Amino acid sequence: MTKVVVIDYGMGNLHSVSKALETVASSESIEISSDSQVIKSADRLVLPGVGAIKECLDALSVELKEIVLEEIKKKPTLAICVGMQMLLDSSEENNGVKGLSILEGKVERIDDSNEVKVPHMGWNKVEYLKDHFLFKNIPNSSYFYFVHSYCCKASRDELTATTHGEKFVSSLAKDNIFAVQFHPEKSQTVGLELYKNFLSWSI
Amino acid sequence: MAVAKRIIPCLDVDKGRVVKGVNFLDIKDAGDPVEIAKRYDDEGADEICMLDITASHETRDTTYKTVESIASQVFMPLTVGGGVRKIEDIKLLLRSGADKVSINTSAVENPEFVKEAADKFGSQCIVVAVDAKLRESVEDSWEVVTYGGRKRTDIDVLEWTQKVKDFGAGEILLTSMDRDGTKEGFDIALVSAVSESINIPVIASGGVGNLDHLVDGIKIGGAEAVLAASIFHFSEYTIKQARDAMKKAGILVRD
Repeated sequence: MTKVVVIDYGMGNLHSVSKALETVASSESIEISSDSQVIKSADRLVLPGVGAIKECLDALSVELKEIVLEEIKKKPTLAICVGMQMLLDSSEENNGVKGLSILEGKVERIDDSNEVKVPHMGWNKVEYLKDHFLFKNIPNSSYFYFVHSYCCKASRDELTATTHGEKFVSSLAKDNIFAVQFHPEKSQTVGLELYKNFLSWSI
Repeated sequence: MAVAKRIIPCLDVDKGRVVKGVNFLDIKDAGDPVEIAKRYDDEGADEICMLDITASHETRDTTYKTVESIASQVFMPLTVGGGVRKIEDIKLLLRSGADKVSINTSAVENPEFVKEAADKFGSQCIVVAVDAKLRESVEDSWEVVTYGGRKRTDIDVLEWTQKVKDFGAGEILLTSMDRDGTKEGFDIALVSAVSESINIPVIASGGVGNLDHLVDGIKIGGAEAVLAASIFHFSEYTIKQARDAMKKAGILVRD
């Protein structure tokens, strides 16, 4: 049986993520875990993240960080929100932190000088720049739910763009890694479709 | 292109049941929170807000269970408020499946609590609920009230919202206690004064009686989101009708 593990390092809305996966799963088992053995035995991995990036990075223990770095290089992986931001090179948040550099790009504060509210909170359109299997059956320019104050403005791994005052990278992909700034587990039908695609994604 | 304006139905929950009070007296049972949340989800609400109005603290477990059942079946953002006093309360609500937690009285009693909560969980999940009442003496000036409007605090609403924003609140849920339950529409002057003064999202609340009121809250008041309870509970209007009315008025809503 295919095993999907939602990595639990104490940060993130794990409950919603695993419930969304359970809702669309056919035979896959969904597990929330912080155990290195369980993570190693997974067929697919989900890296969630909510809150401040430094708290998230600090919450990943040295051991867990090593396992995550090793495992997400070879398994289909979905990274969400701060989970996505952690995979980039760096972030301005918390006076600057170094990321895991799995994806290219840096995270910056959303510019609130042009009459937009920060946090960027609510439903916004995701515009495709490239095709990707995880967006199968989801129309271009669909609304997804966002909630964040920092964003990645440019990356060579950029897959989609979204505008809040200015354009930013709303999802990225590289090899077996698919990373989103928005919350598919909070995006009703289109979000569940994305989780469904994730479960049938082969690399 | 920009972020769509949000329609947020609110569930007042007492001991695990949705209730709707008229002037806090004639409390009507409006049903099971999970069923109602699912209906709003089907109708395409943008978020759901659940306020626990249970007076006693012994039923806290019921609250967590309700949050958990809603979050297991509804894949949309969920804000939970009512009786949030400690960091531990926030942690348990988030763990039960809430995305945002709303703090009211405890923020007024201890503003540092907002800072502590935002530092710990991030601004994106900390909503400060502000209950406002017009001052009798000064025109276009509001003060923060607590205990359902019974206790005046003499804190100026504009100063207060600025302060909690600086302390890390990610959103303001602004309720006019003068309008709450009246069905006369939002206090637009209040909504616009707060929306213009801070750059975090403001949810307008209190007084919605028809769909034009929702439109006014955004078009004139400048709110990012509108919250209503009774017009949706008893199926006076559906979320879809609200969305259509807003769209017709030229407001950007989700398709």
